[in-house]
Amino acid sequence: MKLIKKILTTAVTSAMLAGSAQAAISDNEVRIGYLADMSGTYRDLAGPNGLTALEMAVEDFGGQVNGAAIKIVSADDRNSPDVASSTVRQWVEADGVDMVAGLVASSVSIAATRILEQSDKLGIVSGSAASSITNEHCTPNHIHYVYDTYPLANGTAQAVVQEGGDSWFILTADYAFGHALEGDVEKVVTDNGGTVMQKVRHPFPTGDFSSFILQAQSSGAKVVALANAGSDTTNAITTAGEFGLTQSGQTLAALLLFLTDVHALGVDAAQGIQLTTGWYWDMDEDARAWSDRFIEKTGVRPTMVHAGIYSSTMHYLNAVKESATDDTQTVRQQMMDTPINDMFAKGGVIREDGRMVHDMYLAQVKTPAESTNEWDLYNIVRTIPAEEAYRPLSESQCKLVNN
Amino acid sequence: MSMIFGVPVAVLSGQLLLGLINGAFYALLSLGLAVIFGLLKIINFAHGAFYMLGALCTVVLFDSLGVNYWVALILAPLLVGIFGIFIEYFLLRKIANADHIYSLLLTFGLALVIQGVFTNIYGVSGLRYAIPDVFKGGVNLGFMFLPYYRAWVILAALVICFGTWFMIEKTKLGSYLRAGTENSQLMQAFGINVPLLVSLTYGFGVMLAAFAGVLAAPIYSVTPVMGGNILIIVFAVVVIGGMGSIIGAVITGLAMGIIEGLTKVFYPEASSTVIFLVMVLVLLVRPAGLFGKEA
Repeated sequence: MKLIKKILTTAVTSAMLAGSAQAAISDNEVRIGYLADMSGTYRDLAGPNGLTALEMAVEDFGGQVNGAAIKIVSADDRNSPDVASSTVRQWVEADGVDMVAGLVASSVSIAATRILEQSDKLGIVSGSAASSITNEHCTPNHIHYVYDTYPLANGTAQAVVQEGGDSWFILTADYAFGHALEGDVEKVVTDNGGTVMQKVRHPFPTGDFSSFILQAQSSGAKVVALANAGSDTTNAITTAGEFGLTQSGQTLAALLLFLTDVHALGVDAAQGIQLTTGWYWDMDEDARAWSDRFIEKTGVRPTMVHAGIYSSTMHYLNAVKESATDDTQTVRQQMMDTPINDMFAKGGVIREDGRMVHDMYLAQVKTPAESTNEWDLYNIVRTIPAEEAYRPLSESQCKLVNN
Repeated sequence: MSMIFGVPVAVLSGQLLLGLINGAFYALLSLGLAVIFGLLKIINFAHGAFYMLGALCTVVLFDSLGVNYWVALILAPLLVGIFGIFIEYFLLRKIANADHIYSLLLTFGLALVIQGVFTNIYGVSGLRYAIPDVFKGGVNLGFMFLPYYRAWVILAALVICFGTWFMIEKTKLGSYLRAGTENSQLMQAFGINVPLLVSLTYGFGVMLAAFAGVLAAPIYSVTPVMGGNILIIVFAVVVIGGMGSIIGAVITGLAMGIIEGLTKVFYPEASSTVIFLVMVLVLLVRPAGLFGKEA
């Protein structure tokens, strides 16, 4: 009798446990939405190839987690916060999406994370630059993974000032991202003993930079800094080359430059430019090995955003596996509790404000003589340690941080 | 150093010259639009796409076949012009008698399709095209460094603009064109092949856009979206000059380049809107544009 009772109890308990394990992953499916600019200005740095990186992560993970299938949906946000909001709302409310990846334009990320906060789902921002995403716009429902404007200013501007570039002309894209970057840079320049002689704001986007380059030349500043991104930056660099800006003794500093931008410019036009990056495909053995697989699928070398999408998706899926649930707060906590050591980051940590802090790198574009192939573009000049690169929590305005 | 409104005269002169160079692009593009609208009454929203195709063609011809700049300057507009003739023959002709708005919608849709297809193939980061060796470097004018290539652009654009105006206003072919679009039945009675004339005119307008694209390839980043960005400005230029007025398109193009250049010095944030401000003011005073004829 005792034996029968024991058998029955065990059976009932294990049935209940099995039931709860199944219920832990909602709908018995982990659904990931990939939202990014698939056709506009930011297409090449994230876009369709970012989706490939995401698919690679899911494939490498085995296509399922604790018996639950992993499903991917994707959409083009067209760089519009409105489109992003309605897509994310549809995904989380009707389609049962658990995590939204990609997220490129800062305005899109801020809009999307608000919706995610309302419905308590998770977002991992990989493409956006604005440091405000984990500062005044932080939520308990997202993580900012790859980089932000703080280390961009910190890394490049500090290095250039320390090398003797103490008078600056800043050319800024006239919208939120440009203003944020301009502010961060000005602080770093003045803190390090330099002066900002002139700031000029150009409309976003601008096709012809010749007028601005002429103003920069006549300003007499030693450093001409570009606080813009994408085609604005590449156009400005090309024009600076055409008008002989660097030949006349001025230094050009691009504050946000992606691998795809440098590739488009070519080493002839971009040689010698210093930039800050969160990752470079040729920086170590792990990065190279992963990039070789990526280029086989896409035909191009990955940007830091592509690599970040892969790494963060892996980290997310591991957290789901470890915590045996897709519940947002449990998974986010698990992600925060586990350091990141993979092809993207060594010893990366997610802080309470959602910022993933990891080492950043100051890179310099190679000369045509140094570059051995079309993607052999950077020399890594210096590693900027994680704690030095990102805004310290003591300066944070994030509501999740107790200052 | 003498100053005007706090800006050194030397800097101002440099900006005026740059404005003139940008204006040359606007003039060349708006000239094509004016020819197409003036003679065919087609509002050609695909003009930016043809400009982009001209630039893209130059890069692709060089990368795949090693075709040099001078050959591309003729070949690229020719290829894009033939493509334009196909578009006219197979699409625009079908709606020739419908309201203008149909040609606007059709060409707008066409531009989106062309732009989308090439974005998928080439991405948006932009392709590079080196400045031809003969134009490498520049000359120091004292108030600014003028790259030789920019000087060439202004010269080439002015020659083409003048040539086009001369052909349409002063030659027999031009008079056929103007008459053929004015009263096509009468012209056909005289034995003139008006549909062919229409196709060729459209093709010529498209060639002008593609020619501007070839000129632009070495100085701007060549991307599938480059046409969309410039098109709206060019339309404003055409409206200010007077829809269909050839001389209006050229003069306004140059003038708007200069106004835009000066805005970049005094209040750079407004440089992308100043042309539209001028457009509003002009339309308030002269609804048909500066050089347009009142309907």
